[in-house]
Amino acid sequence: MMHGIIAVYLREMLILKRRLKRQLSGMAISPLLYLIAFGYAMGDAVQFNGHTYLEFLIPGLVAMGSMTQSFSIASDINVARFYWCIFEEFQAAPISNFAYVTGEVLSGMTRALLAIIVILALGLPFGVVLYYGPLFWLAAILNSFVFASLAVALAMLVKSHADQSLLTNFVITPMAFLGGTFFPVDRLPMWAQKILFLLPLTHASKAIRAVALSEIPDWRAYLVLPVTGVLIFIFALRSVKHARD
Amino acid sequence: MIRIDQLIKRYGALMAINGIDLHVPAGELFAYLGPNGAGKTTTIRILTGLTKLSSGRAALNGHDIEKETLAAKRQCGLVPQNINLDSELTVSENLDIHGRLFCMKPVARKAKINELLTYVDLHERSKSLVKQLSGGMKRRVMVARALMHSPRILFLDEPTVGLDPNIRRRIWSLIKKIQQDGTTIFLTTHYIEEAEFLADRVAFLDKGRIVAMDSPIKLIAGLGNWAIDWLTDDGMQTAYFPSRTAARESATAKENGFTLRRVNLEDAFLSLTGKKVQ
Repeated sequence: MMHGIIAVYLREMLILKRRLKRQLSGMAISPLLYLIAFGYAMGDAVQFNGHTYLEFLIPGLVAMGSMTQSFSIASDINVARFYWCIFEEFQAAPISNFAYVTGEVLSGMTRALLAIIVILALGLPFGVVLYYGPLFWLAAILNSFVFASLAVALAMLVKSHADQSLLTNFVITPMAFLGGTFFPVDRLPMWAQKILFLLPLTHASKAIRAVALSEIPDWRAYLVLPVTGVLIFIFALRSVKHARD
Repeated sequence: MIRIDQLIKRYGALMAINGIDLHVPAGELFAYLGPNGAGKTTTIRILTGLTKLSSGRAALNGHDIEKETLAAKRQCGLVPQNINLDSELTVSENLDIHGRLFCMKPVARKAKINELLTYVDLHERSKSLVKQLSGGMKRRVMVARALMHSPRILFLDEPTVGLDPNIRRRIWSLIKKIQQDGTTIFLTTHYIEEAEFLADRVAFLDKGRIVAMDSPIKLIAGLGNWAIDWLTDDGMQTAYFPSRTAARESATAKENGFTLRRVNLEDAFLSLTGKKVQ
């Protein structure tokens, strides 16, 4: 099984290596704009529990970046499947669906880790010093696991590239703005909080922010994220099986 | 080597494959000939595990494709109709990934890549990105990739579609060489001359059914050796004759001119189905 996982992952990494400059630029541009527009321009005018808005914003951007970058593999899988027909090469090979999904999910998680490093590096010139301990990285990795699995599952279910864009617009973009990235979810009405509590990104951004600001994170995030991730991973396995026909 | 029993594939109400029985022995070059939509690609997709069959059985080198899927997949290599190489990877990287998918060891992969790129005459392009290659070169890379894991059976789905005549001839030579090296080849094509030149046996496929199956010579022999075509108010007419002399004698009476030619597989297909292959 390992040879299949390595083959799928290695292919994605070779492509990532060829596109690295473009990918890193793409990973940097949105966070940089958010940092300038929301963080730098507002300066110390906005404070949350004694922290500047930049200190509040950077962990949120880490959560959002890990989500969008790990989910971005959906688009590549989609192109490989419908345009280049490369998915057939994997289907015709003697590897299990588990190996295929794991290889793709790991590649999504690798992209997410790169994006996080880019965001943290961008925060340095703004003079933001936060705590990036093991629980910070664990929450970020679990978050990327959830969304990389979701990417594989949805990429197998859609019937065209246009459908993929629709899914990004309706699922990922609203979550990016409402999942506790730019403002504390606690300030919303209770009914809205209850809805947003269902989103994995809300748990991820709260946990990542709590660790980064040297607070104790909510342990429920470290339960919700892996359970959600495993459920979506199983869903992705079923979707790959479904895509065979 | 390839055994198919009562294979059926349905897409809703459409019967894409309608009860095919087939046996291709080891070392044979078998061609599947039929018009677009006859079920050629569907058969290959089922045999290579890309599509599920609706009913029936199929086995590759004794391994049932449904019950022993992974073992069956190890028996075969596939060159699909569409070029499905990774254009952002180099030629050797494409082959290396394929070798990894088939669990080949690093030393074996490296040796096989060198051997196959020499075999398809592309050794000097091993470090080139696939997107920098011509269409004919990409086809040869696809053949090399399909041979990486030394399959017993090679499936070629329209391997020369869209290629110019010179490149097509070069691919034919390569296919013949692969067969001579002991690989069983299952080829789909709608190029008559391709099937005639390459195949030991040909099956005519129409509407998901095999309507005839034999060697090209025997399929043609039933009609005669020579044909004349002439144009009438009702369209193109064709008549078949056992000898060139008989054909010429009959043709001299045609007022609007005629074409004298050898009988080919297209004629055999036309006489059986009432339609042209292409």
